[in-house]
Amino acid sequence: MREFRMVSTSGILGYGYPESSLNAALERGVDMIGCDGGSSDPGPYYLGSGKPFVSLRAMRRDLRLMLLAAIRHRVPMVVGTCGGAGGEPHLQLVADMVREIAREEGLHFRLALIHAEQDKDLMRRRLREGRTRPLGRMAPLDEGVVDRAERIVGLCGPEPYMRALDQGAQIVLGGRSSDPAPFAANSMRAQLPPAQSWYAGKMLECGAAPALPKGPDCLHVTVREDGVICEPMGDRACTPMSVANHSLHENASPIRHVEPGGVLDTSECRFEAVSAKATLVTGMRWMPAETYTVKIEAAERVGHRAISICGTRDPVLIGQLDHFLGLVRELVRGKAQDLEISPEEYRLTIHCYGRDGVMAGREPVREIRGHELGFVLDVVGRTPDIAQAVIALARTSMLHSDFPGRLCKEGNMAIPFSPSDLSAGEVFRFSMSHVVMPDDPYEMFPIEYESV
Amino acid sequence: MPRIRDIAKVCKSKNAGPFDLTIDVVFDDPGLFRRVRATGVLCPELFARLYGVGAGEVLFTEYEAGLAFKATLPRLVPAGDIGDTDVYGAQQHTPLLDVEIPV
Repeated sequence: MREFRMVSTSGILGYGYPESSLNAALERGVDMIGCDGGSSDPGPYYLGSGKPFVSLRAMRRDLRLMLLAAIRHRVPMVVGTCGGAGGEPHLQLVADMVREIAREEGLHFRLALIHAEQDKDLMRRRLREGRTRPLGRMAPLDEGVVDRAERIVGLCGPEPYMRALDQGAQIVLGGRSSDPAPFAANSMRAQLPPAQSWYAGKMLECGAAPALPKGPDCLHVTVREDGVICEPMGDRACTPMSVANHSLHENASPIRHVEPGGVLDTSECRFEAVSAKATLVTGMRWMPAETYTVKIEAAERVGHRAISICGTRDPVLIGQLDHFLGLVRELVRGKAQDLEISPEEYRLTIHCYGRDGVMAGREPVREIRGHELGFVLDVVGRTPDIAQAVIALARTSMLHSDFPGRLCKEGNMAIPFSPSDLSAGEVFRFSMSHVVMPDDPYEMFPIEYESV
Repeated sequence: MPRIRDIAKVCKSKNAGPFDLTIDVVFDDPGLFRRVRATGVLCPELFARLYGVGAGEVLFTEYEAGLAFKATLPRLVPAGDIGDTDVYGAQQHTPLLDVEIPV
């Protein structure tokens, strides 16, 4: 029976994994080494700013071991969603790191880069042609959203990865991609069926997350024509229940997974332990879509942030918190206007820990039960200068505003730091969650080859 | 009457993409999972009430293979947008913990 063996080193490139686990997987036998390089989970900042969310040091360490192993064992190494958000600066960051490691270690290989950052003109053209569609509750795409986007990425499917490997690339670095796609591509290229290949990718994209106990580690997966065997490295096990439950992770549905080109249906999956560490999954189905779609994500800049942190344990203040915060907001508004800053030029959010700092409007507990409260004052201003000016007003208003029955005449807040106001840089928001109907699976993802 | 926190093995929340929150309640015993399911307490209306959304906005799945109930619903604010309190959506599960299940 045909088989294809893959190892994923960790959930995200740069989250770390034990070197002994990678070696154990290599001893077990692998036909490819891969790792998911990113996620939208850390928020829109990384897509907007072009920066990674793991340290370069950690990324370099994870990459070096993978590269050395791939060259030594003559197997492909594939990383999807490079650099965290998979835009052009993210991809170039990882590509430079790979070239640098190759130079240091004397490694030579054919490298492919799959670009996933999208050209605004192509997006506008598809929009005018009616070849975009909103996902979920998003509004239909309009040109304003395209114009305002700081960066747009498409989620690459398996086809460009398969083409890059067919063209002889051993190391393939992809921009933003559907998380399972780089793994599914390798498996489908080995003539294994799409259902099993996509399922394997779903397991591999999170490293050893389908195993117990949870922890950053390598996952070894064997794809067969009838199913997928998951086995973690290290002192862990994939049990039928731990693998079944991995389908819950970060998915809207545990049984229906929408991917470029089709839907993976896991509603009839069966899970069977084949050893103390490994579980065989069968019964997955792949339903090809009538139209090939590519999901797009974008981030747009909303301003610049400055924050300040403070706390109170004054019972008189805590007893009239809403009134007090209303007072502070009013004062900030007036003083900002004195500085010729209009209310439209900033947003002040007061996170109140001890009341509803975690759940905000969804907090079911309405009364304050603790003896002290913590505040994060958050100002997003149109410019860095406006954010700095308004956060200073917010801090002093929290500290010095008078309120009925006030005894603490020298100050209402304990402020832990000097300087008390921290600049937190640019602020972005996710502005697209749509699909585009491309001419083919390749047109949005140009591939570039080089000899390293 | 036992509460979810007394009988579930896992009760967790997380983003399902930047615009949705997904909440899982997982049991470790098939018999218990079926008894909980038979009570009908875990249903779209429960999540709608606890999270202040319409029942039609809750995608609810009974996932027997994983002995789990899953509900996916809109986030209060998209992840990382101004006013968001929980970028990863990892601490939005707690209203469920005290829900009583008559098993």
